[in-house]
Amino acid sequence: MSEPDRAFINARLIDPAQELDTIGSLLVRDGKIAAIGTDIEILDTAETLDCTGLTILPGLIDMQVFTGEPGEEHRETLATASHAAAAGGVTHMVVMPNTTPAIDDAALVDFISRRARGTATVRVHPMAAITKNCEGQIMTEFGLLREAGAVAFTDGDRAVMNALTMRRALSYASNFDALIVQHALDQDLQSAGVMHEGELATRLGLTGIPVAAETAIIDRDIRLVELTGARYHIHQISSGESVEAVRQAKARGLAVSCGVSAAHLMLNENDVENYRTFAKLNPPLRSEDDRLALVDGLADGTIDIVVSGHNPQDAEAKRQPFAQAAYGTVGVETLLSVLLTLHHAHGLDIATLVRAVAGHPARLLDIDGGTLRPGACADFALVDLEAPWIVDADALQSKSKNAAIEGRKLQGKVEACFVNGHSIFDSKMETKK
Amino acid sequence: MKSSALYSTFPFRDLLGIEGLSASDITNLLDLADTYVDLNRQIDKKTDVLRGRTQINLFFESSTRTQSSFELAGKRLGADVMNMSVSSSALNKGETLLDTAVTLNAMNPDLLVIRHGDSGAVALLAQKVSCAVLNAGDGAHEHPTQALLDALTIRRRLGKLGGLKIAICGDITHSRVARSNLLLLNALGAQVNLVGPRTLIPTDAERLGAKIFHTMREGLEGCDIVMMLRIQNERMQGALIPSVREYYHLYGLNREKLGFAKPNALVMHPGPMNRGAEIDSELADDTEISLIRDQVEMGVAVRMAALEALAANLPNMMQSGAPANV
Repeated sequence: MSEPDRAFINARLIDPAQELDTIGSLLVRDGKIAAIGTDIEILDTAETLDCTGLTILPGLIDMQVFTGEPGEEHRETLATASHAAAAGGVTHMVVMPNTTPAIDDAALVDFISRRARGTATVRVHPMAAITKNCEGQIMTEFGLLREAGAVAFTDGDRAVMNALTMRRALSYASNFDALIVQHALDQDLQSAGVMHEGELATRLGLTGIPVAAETAIIDRDIRLVELTGARYHIHQISSGESVEAVRQAKARGLAVSCGVSAAHLMLNENDVENYRTFAKLNPPLRSEDDRLALVDGLADGTIDIVVSGHNPQDAEAKRQPFAQAAYGTVGVETLLSVLLTLHHAHGLDIATLVRAVAGHPARLLDIDGGTLRPGACADFALVDLEAPWIVDADALQSKSKNAAIEGRKLQGKVEACFVNGHSIFDSKMETKK
Repeated sequence: MKSSALYSTFPFRDLLGIEGLSASDITNLLDLADTYVDLNRQIDKKTDVLRGRTQINLFFESSTRTQSSFELAGKRLGADVMNMSVSSSALNKGETLLDTAVTLNAMNPDLLVIRHGDSGAVALLAQKVSCAVLNAGDGAHEHPTQALLDALTIRRRLGKLGGLKIAICGDITHSRVARSNLLLLNALGAQVNLVGPRTLIPTDAERLGAKIFHTMREGLEGCDIVMMLRIQNERMQGALIPSVREYYHLYGLNREKLGFAKPNALVMHPGPMNRGAEIDSELADDTEISLIRDQVEMGVAVRMAALEALAANLPNMMQSGAPANV
């Protein structure tokens, strides 16, 4: 017995993949999008939901989510991460392989997929390790891992430091047209560094991480991409110089792309003032000039992707002297709100922002999603673009509450989220009629 | 002895650093310390300013001189002083830093003197306890009583701080002494030169209000005071500088290099010294030139002043409403 159609009417519909931005209706039939637009046919039998004042966006694809599953489930499980994702309009989470054990074997990719199907409310796509145990030494079985469902290869929050290993990984990956994703931070140059190198680090007596620790890896890798012809992506860039390096690589026609984290678009190094460990990120928050260069890079298309870099840490791991505290911030739940806040604050075009969390990651990872085209799965978010709210870390869905943007004012909030046309999150029931 | 009458109220619960202190906060502390220098030279060195108070010295990093200086300061003020070196305590049994703080706090100390190897750790602990906290050195961040004792030493010898030119030489990057001194000397109107090889000068140090030099000849020119910093052995084995020999050749203070400074320039060192690495042994012992012994003496007086200033802000009534000090 099939379900009745559901029609979401009087909504603003935004789908950059169809160059669509209009007031109209979205019709869901059998978990798929049956029709979308201003003048579509809706049967009398359809269940109708009036979405006046709200906007429908494609469900977001968050291309970098760390969970603690397997191995550190006290920080976050696939299930709890998926609840946070749903509350943020994220219907696809791309999860990182640097778990315990690392996802470096086809059986473990399969484990993630099965756990996700059994417990998570959003779609989960695993990345697999480039090297065994993410140690940067022995290449994993890219072919078998891809067949098992790995969407790309990365060593998570560690750079592949050995240039020869990286060359071989890029070269071998190009056999499969697989994407290699780098955490661009030179561990030797980072050394004991824990924050952006500059005046503030000097004043706080903390060891700095120079911008060159990032650009040295990016510059090296771009040479290796030239040598191998592989597809290469950088998880997160943090500096204006990195934006420039990627811009030049793209101008030379290389298959180089990059992402940035929502936190880096909103915060800068000054957020670590008073040794605030919630703002201890990897890569580090850098100067305000860097932040503005990242916003510009996103606006002009140099930066392809925005990720949350969602990295849940328990209170003990953050309640430490700054140098000893864990890196990372939660963010999958606030990813879209941060982007909408940038839209309001910096005038960034909504279509550009949505592409960075929908169309672009779908294309890079060959994921079926990120659009509201008829025939696509009915994965979408119902959003109030204007609603102001203040981030209260304790109110977040994630199991861990380490939000770098805690206390920040955001504008734009997810009201409801749907996967296969089914509600997986609803902030208030009165949106239904 | 009622020296607290001299002292106008210190505006903070804790002394976590020089940053945030005004010139008058600093001057008031130095004035109070001056009175204790005199007391410390008497036969009876005791007062009852801290009678009934409990002071715990919590040292996560080993220290001989700072810890004993704080211990003596507390005892001369009449406090009960307990020393805790954490290498031997529960921290090695898996207890977290904050657990240790909460445990100690439950013993109702009035004053907690803390040294820790991580920048910011003392401020973190201060948030979790209800007593007054005194930073005895946190990582490469601050060591406020060292800066105060250095200032007192200079003021007593030269009569002032404003207008002086002071060179701080050596491993600036890893030095909390350099940071606190720079902040204090700037606040009181002295000019500071930071001198050292590029590998030991932190990024953007000039933005902290100092001039940066990489040779002793340029850095010491016209200076009234040359303050040498301790160079840690582990930094000298090719990591940041190639060898002790080369370091001493370029930056070690001897009479020849001291000649670049003003005639009659004075020499200071926070200790412990590496004789023959950063300072010539005979120069260090020349009391005409070297203030190093004065610094140790001033240390006790300055710590007495700091302890008293913080204690003056402590509630004087017990929870029952009865006076705590009778």
